[in-house]
Amino acid sequence: MSMFPIHARAITVRRRGRDLIGPLDLSLEGQGVTIVIGPNGAGKTTLLRALHGIERLSKGEITYASPRPEALAAQAFVFQSPVIMRRTVRENMAYPLSLRNMSKSEISSRVDEVAERVGLTFALNRPARVLSGGERQKLALGRALTLRPELLFLDEPCASLDGRATREIEDVLNHEISRGRRIIMSTHNMGQARRLAQDVLFIHKGQIHEAAPADQFFTAASTDAARAFLNGDIVE
Amino acid sequence: MGELWEGLAQAVRLLITFDSDLVEITLRSLAVTCTAVVIASAIALPLGAILAMRRFKYRRLTIAILNALMGLPPVVVGLIVYVIFSRSGPLGVLGLLFTPTVMVIAQVIIIVPLIASITQQALRELWSDYRDLLISLNTTIPQRLGTLLWDGRRALLTASLAGFGRAIGEVGAIMIVGGNIDNHTRVLTTAIALETGKGEFAMALGLGFILIALAIAVNIAIHTLSHTEQEGRW
Repeated sequence: MSMFPIHARAITVRRRGRDLIGPLDLSLEGQGVTIVIGPNGAGKTTLLRALHGIERLSKGEITYASPRPEALAAQAFVFQSPVIMRRTVRENMAYPLSLRNMSKSEISSRVDEVAERVGLTFALNRPARVLSGGERQKLALGRALTLRPELLFLDEPCASLDGRATREIEDVLNHEISRGRRIIMSTHNMGQARRLAQDVLFIHKGQIHEAAPADQFFTAASTDAARAFLNGDIVE
Repeated sequence: MGELWEGLAQAVRLLITFDSDLVEITLRSLAVTCTAVVIASAIALPLGAILAMRRFKYRRLTIAILNALMGLPPVVVGLIVYVIFSRSGPLGVLGLLFTPTVMVIAQVIIIVPLIASITQQALRELWSDYRDLLISLNTTIPQRLGTLLWDGRRALLTASLAGFGRAIGEVGAIMIVGGNIDNHTRVLTTAIALETGKGEFAMALGLGFILIALAIAVNIAIHTLSHTEQEGRW
């Protein structure tokens, strides 16, 4: 059973007396790539984390079409600074699967398959800590993909990567998109947003200022803040 | 200075002649302390890990008390354990006083706070690294515990070895609860105290050097077996 549509109703995340996001409403359908953009501190990361269920909501609720535990189990999250476990690359990738009574041979074949896709086959038996920045992010992406999630969150996955690593990660993402995986991703990089987006959520001051199909957003944004942001102005 | 050299010579003599008393008390020292370290680790490692990752109301207070208990005076622990296990005490019926078992119990009480506190500090950083991932993957508490203990195992080895160091050299508690009975509860430290009391400084020093050598040997052996310091940063 699919978790879509996901409905967020009046969700607010409040920390230390300040509203990080919300109250905001959002509905997400089961197809495509939604790119979340907005100025620094707008609440992109908090929104993604809230939708994934790892940020405690101060108000409001998020409902999935499928039962909550099932929906959460069908999601994966790639963090901006990848969480690298003190294990080998293979053990890192196998970790999420090892939590789910899966046979060793099946885990191993899935890890091999994903490692091939993200280009880390050569490093499988190395300790993950020696990987470069790009390789670490590929590892985190690969580890998320081993779960074959219905919905994949990515929080600025290419934030500190060079062009080549960025392209390699986008190639992997494009492959996943072509296979129908639902992706919600935040980015800082407008070029990347234009390359990948099918829908755009423009976040400003913890609110969704604009939600539109990508071509419409990039050619004719309807709010001043979004137009200013696209022009490269400083948006406060 | 003369007595130090005599002590060294005595240590060598005891080792070369493979003195049967020495072998016996050394083995008993090892048996009591190793048992205590295993039991204390089984309690303190999960306890420390839980303190590192759970946020609860009295967490800071608990950690402060734990840290204070690291300096628990062994003599007082020995006294309390003695009272509890003495004939008229609440656990007197077990008849454990003046046995190696009660010595293990006393040592466990002394080193649990030490191991738990070091574990908590070592795993706090690991938990802050792993937190997001483990929550994102919907791990259960036992799974988180297992992951932290496994991935932090090298630091935890140090915690257990610190416990071993404190227990093997401890004399106040096991003297009181064990009674330093020849062929029964005498261990290296209580033997040293006895020989010193008798004025046999060379013998006491000899045993002392053997105790130090034993502690070093155990540390080296554990580190070698577990390949610490061989794989870069972890």
